Amino acid sequence: MNTIKELMKKREITLVLLVLTLTVLVNLRAPGFVSGENISRIINDTSILIMVAIGQFFVILTGGIDLSVGSIIAFSGMAASMLNQSNPALPVGLVLMVGVLIGLVLGAFNGLLVAFGKVPPIIATLGTMSIYRGFTFVLSKGQWVTAHEMTEGYMNLPKGTFLGLSNLIWAAVLVSAVMIFFSRYTRSGREVYAIGGNKTAAHFVGVSEAKVNMLIFSISGALCGIAGVMWTSRYAAAVNETATGFELQTVAACVLGGVNIAGGAGAIPGVIIGALFLGIINNALPVVNFSPFYQMFIQGLIVLAAMFINTMMDNRKEKELLNRRSL
Amino acid sequence: MSDKILELQNITKYFPGIKALDGINLNIREGEVHALIGENGAGKSTLVKILTGVYTPTTGKIIYQGKEYSFKNAIDAQEAGITAIHQEASMFPELSVMENIYMGHHLKKKGALDWKEMRQKTKDLLQKMEIDINPDTPVKNLGVAQRHMVEIAKALSIDAKVVIMDEPTSALTLREVEDLYKIVRQLKKENKAIIFISHKFEEIQEICDCFTVLRDGQYIGEGNVAETGIDQIVNMMVGRSLDQMFPKVDVNIGETILEVEGLSKAGSFKDVSFELKKGEILGFFGLVGAGRSEVMRAIFGIDSLDAGTVRLKGQDVVINSAREAMQKGLAYVPEDRQTQGVILEQSLTSNITLPIIDKISRLGKVDAKAEKAKTAEFGRMMEIKAAGWHVNANTLSGGNQQKVVLAKWLATEPEILILDEPTKGIDVGTKAAVHEFISEMASKGLAVIMVSSELPEILGMSDRVVVMHEGHKTKEFSRDEADSDVIIKAATGHTVESNA
Repeated sequence: MNTIKELMKKREITLVLLVLTLTVLVNLRAPGFVSGENISRIINDTSILIMVAIGQFFVILTGGIDLSVGSIIAFSGMAASMLNQSNPALPVGLVLMVGVLIGLVLGAFNGLLVAFGKVPPIIATLGTMSIYRGFTFVLSKGQWVTAHEMTEGYMNLPKGTFLGLSNLIWAAVLVSAVMIFFSRYTRSGREVYAIGGNKTAAHFVGVSEAKVNMLIFSISGALCGIAGVMWTSRYAAAVNETATGFELQTVAACVLGGVNIAGGAGAIPGVIIGALFLGIINNALPVVNFSPFYQMFIQGLIVLAAMFINTMMDNRKEKELLNRRSL
Repeated sequence: MSDKILELQNITKYFPGIKALDGINLNIREGEVHALIGENGAGKSTLVKILTGVYTPTTGKIIYQGKEYSFKNAIDAQEAGITAIHQEASMFPELSVMENIYMGHHLKKKGALDWKEMRQKTKDLLQKMEIDINPDTPVKNLGVAQRHMVEIAKALSIDAKVVIMDEPTSALTLREVEDLYKIVRQLKKENKAIIFISHKFEEIQEICDCFTVLRDGQYIGEGNVAETGIDQIVNMMVGRSLDQMFPKVDVNIGETILEVEGLSKAGSFKDVSFELKKGEILGFFGLVGAGRSEVMRAIFGIDSLDAGTVRLKGQDVVINSAREAMQKGLAYVPEDRQTQGVILEQSLTSNITLPIIDKISRLGKVDAKAEKAKTAEFGRMMEIKAAGWHVNANTLSGGNQQKVVLAKWLATEPEILILDEPTKGIDVGTKAAVHEFISEMASKGLAVIMVSSELPEILGMSDRVVVMHEGHKTKEFSRDEADSDVIIKAATGHTVESNA
């Protein structure tokens, strides 16, 4: 009994149960929702969100936020597509690397603003959100790159399969694995937790806040770079408005996954499940005859509910601790 | 006598406008527990920050293991083997015990962090200290005492040679204090040097071998605890006649204005009763965490009460918010003036008139003339030194900021003034001015509650003293009965008076 209680305290388990319940309920309304094909489609649809949400996770872990993710996706996606359009002979792998590199540079610039310009993350990335989106329009001169201007190889990048799973899913799996390793088994990864948990204490043990900020914004940017290439190749279109408002979904995935918005607490598995939860909702709405117009409304509602539950759980824990003083 | 491991010679530290330390000497030997004694504001924490590399001294020498050292930062000092155990400020609440111990020097194997090894070493360490804590428990789930033990374990994990303990017992129960003593003795056996900061004489007698006394940033003297005797140490610590520092005048105490009975709040305080009369200064003494501020916050309506009654001028009242408290004639000057009292980025005018903004507004618009007049009136009364009433509060010195907070609450023309640590962290001169002013207000019939951790201030200013320990009121003394000995005893929980 106690072990069950202990398990229930683990946020990830609760979330998994919630996801399973949700899936079963939807399946009752629309049999066939739980099929290998549909599940693989949901995961495929959610892969980009998972990768970008993991970048967002590190930023939130320090107590910051990265509002520029959507714009970095748009810019790196546009740049990669235009590169593919003008140099069709260039190997797709190289185009992907260029996209990642562009994302990394834009992210590192966010990091510079925060680490050395001492600009609060929310302001810094609010600024670069517009700047990078503006870059995208300037670069494309307002034009789109459409399917017939892209090479087959580029468009097949996310679609190709390996062991029955799409490359896109593999990318998400690889990113997740590397990032989980980074967050658990490297000093730098733990330093991100330290900065978010207690800045003063972190300084006392020699953790550099500037270094951590540079690192996390660069990671977030690089992951957006991957996402940008995957997004434009998957939808076979690079438009200037790509991923507008996507930052909210990434924050939502983190909040749902139990990441403390004030920093210091959270883990990647939670973020992945949080992203999948959103993916299932998005996929289920049309299936249960809910107008997709409600999608944003429902997402917002879920995030608020998650925040509310988090706060309540924290308050309860604090009360328990106080009561232990047995007064 | 064993070897000197750490020596400070003639250390001086200036901050803009303040001489925080002036000619400090300190001699620390291996295998010795050395008490660093001084009142709050005597310069102990500044000295600790110099020892741990957080501050560099303006002049003077640090000689460590026979060589002259100058620590560039906290890591520098830590790597050399000097470490400080702070209160809670240096923990990561969300992270596990083992990670709190190893943050900054995680163990690695083949390029990845070796959690297995860290878990095992943490277990060994905790076992050696005879404490039963799971290395994987997040620190936020630990009590204050356990957190402290983890801090100590952390110091041991980096093989420190000099361990500084900053008031380690202030939040511990007697039993936990015993556990701590055990560990200190163990460290001593391992030939480590321990600097023990405290102003509790009982524990200094119990655990310390030598002492150094600081007062007002100056070196007063040092010696052997057993040979010197507590009386003399107290004299060295306080050092001046109380009348000089505390210009308390005798006033006619009026009728009772505030009575509280059986106040309780789970986890904070239990069954606290006292009364307050017009013209009286009621001192509230206790150690950190005794629950004094919590009682005041509850009376002022910021926190809710679980039980108890509050009577104002003989009538039962329920105060649910600070606003209601102000309307009923109460004013509360909180302890941490920077976060709770002054809005740093705003002008003195806005700061001082904030609580009375309704009174000086007409049709929802603030009357600029009245605003200026009120600010000038109370600003002058407090003798605030500023370039003008329009400047921002952050341009003022700490002492003057404290005066702004006082002016702000006086502007509400209260009948009861609650002051929480009114002179914490301000220099001696300003302290005297604040004291004089409090005394003057009381003589005009204001009823004052003064929460303070500074014993001389409590002794010098109070007409009566209430002492709290761990959420309970342990004793109450009249001005004549109160002396440092009995008050300290009551504050450490040695004489629990039943409240029946």
